[in-house]
Amino acid sequence: MSIAIDHISKRFGAYQALDDVSLEVPTGELVALLGPSGCGKTTLLRVIAGLESADSGRVLFDGVNATERHVRERGVGFVFQHYALFRHMSVFDNVAFGLSVLPRRQRPHRAEILRRVEGLLELVQLGYVANRLPGQLSGGQRQRVALARALAVQPRVLLLDEPFGALDATVRKELRRWLRRLHEELHVTSVFVTHDQEEAMEVASRVVVMSRGRVEQVGRPEEVYDRPATPFVARFLGDVNYFDLAPGEAQVLALAGGGWGGAPMERGASVAYVRPHDLLLRRSAGDGGAVPATVREVRPLGPTVRISLQRAGDQGEVEAAVSRDRFRAEPVEPGDLVYLQPLAAHVFPADPVAPQPGAN
Amino acid sequence: MSAQPYPATVTAEPRALRWLLTAIALIFLALFLVLPLAAVMTEALREGWRAYLAALANPDALAAVRLTLFVAVIAVVLNLVFGVAAAWAVAKYQFPGRRLLLSLISLPFAVSPVVSGLIYVLVFGAHGWFGSWLAEHDIQVIFAVPGIVLATLFVTLPFVANALIPVMQEQGTDEEEAAVVLGAGGWQIFWRVTLPNIKWGLLYGVILCNARAMGEFGAVSVVSGHIRGLTNTLPLHVEVLYNEYSFVAAFAAASVLALLALVTLVLKTFVEWRAARDPAAASAHHDPHTAGVLS
Repeated sequence: MSIAIDHISKRFGAYQALDDVSLEVPTGELVALLGPSGCGKTTLLRVIAGLESADSGRVLFDGVNATERHVRERGVGFVFQHYALFRHMSVFDNVAFGLSVLPRRQRPHRAEILRRVEGLLELVQLGYVANRLPGQLSGGQRQRVALARALAVQPRVLLLDEPFGALDATVRKELRRWLRRLHEELHVTSVFVTHDQEEAMEVASRVVVMSRGRVEQVGRPEEVYDRPATPFVARFLGDVNYFDLAPGEAQVLALAGGGWGGAPMERGASVAYVRPHDLLLRRSAGDGGAVPATVREVRPLGPTVRISLQRAGDQGEVEAAVSRDRFRAEPVEPGDLVYLQPLAAHVFPADPVAPQPGAN
Repeated sequence: MSAQPYPATVTAEPRALRWLLTAIALIFLALFLVLPLAAVMTEALREGWRAYLAALANPDALAAVRLTLFVAVIAVVLNLVFGVAAAWAVAKYQFPGRRLLLSLISLPFAVSPVVSGLIYVLVFGAHGWFGSWLAEHDIQVIFAVPGIVLATLFVTLPFVANALIPVMQEQGTDEEEAAVVLGAGGWQIFWRVTLPNIKWGLLYGVILCNARAMGEFGAVSVVSGHIRGLTNTLPLHVEVLYNEYSFVAAFAAASVLALLALVTLVLKTFVEWRAARDPAAASAHHDPHTAGVLS
């Protein structure tokens, strides 16, 4: 089932949680709502589920207006951030709940419920804990029970609120991959909320980046990463360095290989956003367009080496990331003078209002 | 460095001090709790079992027991409904006047029971606001059972609600939301999700409420009129007998009340123990209002 969000706004007192949000989720996709806390992503998810009502706008399921439909009748599966398992019920009863509350005429037979619940527990690889209480399970197990419970009612849409937020790093990675495979198997339209860009990139087929109640960009993971539509997206999806470009100050910074479209610089003050791994460290100034900087610190970090640099003329700090091989071929040490040149950059007009925090 | 033995814990007190503190607590308990209880039993049995049982079998005593049970049942049932509704409203919703409602629920704890009784005399008594209307329709509230029920309700009102509010607040609304998304209706959610989650808190509140309902003296004394065999509850019966110097009978009735207190204590401890052991319960809870249960 496809979901359409049509000009949804929602306000909590003085706080604008959703500001005229429109969004399409095609059938069978696995979409991530990505943004910092307070960006409205969870509110949007709850509006889709019907747990929250919008002040204005419509929610359409398969093109049919579902805005007034009660949450009970929306046919959605919802996985809560803290799972919200029924603590006094066994795992089996938790999963069976959605089936057991159906009106008598629609309710499957006891044997059918048993078969379906066992099938679901098999699917989430938890058949062996069917008789335990949620309190006796690990975080990852609870998460999977919550998923099985949501799937039991055969929802046409699956909504997940920070599905991996409360798990430790190893379990989280494992469950991400598992969720992806599960989605490939079931192909139910799914939307999940996350503040973790890596998670969104790895799991989702489409990413919706949100900020301050608005949608900043929608696209495939590599799209939003490689071609950020707004400075916010560039900042939020991974670390980034800022290079101020004054108007007319051409060729202060140029792309390596000369592939720089100088156009943005002519329009007024702008900022070039450069990812740490898109920075080239050179020993010589070359034919211009490189920025001089001093190496401050070198930190090997797994497959890459992070290098902190101080730009000449007190123009701020820069983070670069080079591969181990490259570092071995061209090592630098603290105190070295190098010239920085971007391999790729995203140029946006300088916004006097927007904060310019350090690389994050 | 010399090998000095470390104290068992950082906060360990000298052994003598620990013994002293324990002794003070025990002596205090013995003087003010155990001794009076023992006194009640000895006085009740002073003239032997026969006199004790005869005092209890007295028609007025039996009527007092019946009335006490009757009032307690009504108070508990009504408080059950009110307590769950009030706790639900306060714990699961935000609305204007929520804080006021919270304060009002605990108000009966702050008001002297005698005053609570007087309120009803003022409102429903012969010279009260509704006195003439009630007289016209031949309804008697004060110096009759309805007045006793009302007074008891007033003083027992906080127990169930106060036992439930912290439990419900801690649990939040997540499970209810999960249930409604899964298609459950309002009653299904209440019976299958909310109630099982609050059962220990509810039971705890009911036990305390019941104990107070049976033991209430002040408020009931004001509205009852002390009509023997009709409007005397067990605590009032004790007083009446005592004032008549029928000590054995008075203490026999008092021993029944003391027994009820002990049963309450055992039940309360059992519920706390079970709630703490229940793997489904998030945590054991404690009610601050354990004092003044059997006043």
